[in-house]
Amino acid sequence: MTATASPERTESTGKPRPSQRGDRAFAAIVRVAAFMILAALVAVFVFLAIEGWSGFTDVPETYAPFTSFLTYIEPLVVSTILASAIAVIVAVPFSIGIALFISHYAPRRLSAVLAYLVDLLAAVPSVVFGLWGGRYLAAYLQPMQVWLHDHFGFLPFFGPGPPTPNGRSLFTAGIVLAIMILPIITAITREVFVQTPRLHEEAALALGATRWEMVRYAVLPYARSGMVSAIMLGLGRALGETMAVAMVLATTPETTLNVIGVASPPTIAANIALNYKEATPQRQSLLIATGLVLFVATFLVNYVARWVAGRNARKMAR
Amino acid sequence: MNTSTLRRIALPAVAALTVGLTLTACGDKNSASGGGGGTTLSGGGATSQANAQQTWRANYQKQNGGTINYEEVGSGTGVENFSSGAYSFAGTDAYLDSDQMSAAKSQCGADPIEVPAYVSPIAVAFNLSGVKSLNMDSKTIADIFAGKITKWNDPEIASQNSGAKLPDTAISTVHRSDESGTTFNFTDYLSKASNGAWSADPNTVWPSSAKGGQGADGTSGVMGILTDTPGAIGYADDSAVKADGTLGVVSLKVGSSYNPPTAEGAANVLAASPPAPDQPPTSMATDIDRTATAPGDYPLMLVSYLLACQTYSDSGTADTVKGYLTYVVSSDGQQAAAKTAGSAPLDSKLSDKATSIISKISSGS
Repeated sequence: MTATASPERTESTGKPRPSQRGDRAFAAIVRVAAFMILAALVAVFVFLAIEGWSGFTDVPETYAPFTSFLTYIEPLVVSTILASAIAVIVAVPFSIGIALFISHYAPRRLSAVLAYLVDLLAAVPSVVFGLWGGRYLAAYLQPMQVWLHDHFGFLPFFGPGPPTPNGRSLFTAGIVLAIMILPIITAITREVFVQTPRLHEEAALALGATRWEMVRYAVLPYARSGMVSAIMLGLGRALGETMAVAMVLATTPETTLNVIGVASPPTIAANIALNYKEATPQRQSLLIATGLVLFVATFLVNYVARWVAGRNARKMAR
Repeated sequence: MNTSTLRRIALPAVAALTVGLTLTACGDKNSASGGGGGTTLSGGGATSQANAQQTWRANYQKQNGGTINYEEVGSGTGVENFSSGAYSFAGTDAYLDSDQMSAAKSQCGADPIEVPAYVSPIAVAFNLSGVKSLNMDSKTIADIFAGKITKWNDPEIASQNSGAKLPDTAISTVHRSDESGTTFNFTDYLSKASNGAWSADPNTVWPSSAKGGQGADGTSGVMGILTDTPGAIGYADDSAVKADGTLGVVSLKVGSSYNPPTAEGAANVLAASPPAPDQPPTSMATDIDRTATAPGDYPLMLVSYLLACQTYSDSGTADTVKGYLTYVVSSDGQQAAAKTAGSAPLDSKLSDKATSIISKISSGS
């Protein structure tokens, strides 16, 4: 440090605190890094808007097998929402359970191993999840989906059509997505749980709270905003996940709410991946336009999540 | 020790390179005008030709040197890039329509060359334990894929397969979820041959009017669902079905007999099919006769074409395109593709005609 500072001092005559120059340089570098994020986002948005603009209003043939942009994207949007919802509903209880176990229940050595394993899960590439989910997991989930159809077939999500013959349903895709977003949610909530002030926890225990009551009254309220952020990050991943859905799901162009049916429309991201390589230029614009819709939707979801998390933080501060 | 290992590797390598380069130079002298050895050719298009193109490129480059690129960007983009001049040749699953033709013509300065390069029968394959082959007419296939026939022991199937043990299993149909030339040719066959049982127009996208099917990504995705699902039926490149070997294959009703997919059957149908209307003499574009009836014919197939210009300003490019395309449509090239990609070799008459069209490629205008 002193070695690098001394030549600077000889150069900058008259400046009393030469280390400030390094400070300023560093501040400039991090500022550039921060603005790069913004620039990248804007660049993506501009690309999507310019390239996809003609995809919103084209001749009906472009929207085959449909005839307009709205009818084309509607099934995709429904599937995207359903798949992400399944993923979040399944992943959140597991993630919070795992995170609590790691942060408050498990012995130190076990918790370190578990945390490492969860992080390892995040490193599995999505194609591998897609292969495993489609060729292996789907077959095991199929009997369960037949059971759901037999007993809850009156619900629009589990009927009325026949259940999947091979498990390649939106339900299975949602489960695979759940496994993929689990490490993200777990890692962040774990970090937040660990941050709970020791004094809060000890105060709760001193007042006679059981372990569960301590978690309920001291840890969870403190961690709420962090948990919301974690879930929203997971949701963002689920909304945009491409390969796993494309490889697991058996698709059909028909809109359906039935998540255990024979086939469902692909999600927006999966649809782009499936169709881009053989698409004509008009169809490419259309696919990019659907990408723009997804981009804006994801942006909105994140914005709402920030707002919710911020509101909770404000409430906590009071 | 290190240096000696290096020397041991380097010496033969240098020797091999020298021999290789000498051979390349010889090859140049043999070709009409020379100078084509180091040419880099860029092309691209239909993904269906990908495996065959790999074989052709490897074989051609080994003999003649130079570099030939083929980008698997899809037919539409391939034609677009050819018409903009970015590609010197392109592959497409559908012959040029009139707009594409005039765009290509203005880029080339003359009628573009369009020759069939890759012909492949499409098999209708199914997964029923113990059943290796079933007879079906095109109306039955259309009804199955439209969701009208839902059980394997349906009378419409049973009546054409006396003696076959058909279970009471539900049929689940499998189609491509991505845009594909295979889907286009399959729906084209159904709409032309099924006497109105198939209502949707031919398209590269699976129609929404066909209910109850499962879409899967690419040929391998379709094969995956087919092999995993008892009672499934789907369509895929015959080579993929043969390579798998576990699935049953449908014999199509052609005339009064039932024919399994064969390379010869597909090649015969192509040879007998009428040329497409309004095509220049340099185009071999064909409207495949989906209702062919000759013995052994198999009209459910995919034909992929290669596009090129008649003249190129650069003589190296002209020679390489000419040499490469000549090799592709030659019986050597076709046999090589048949071996590695499972395609149907062009019959000698078509191959000769393609060769004579390709021989018109020259440099300068």
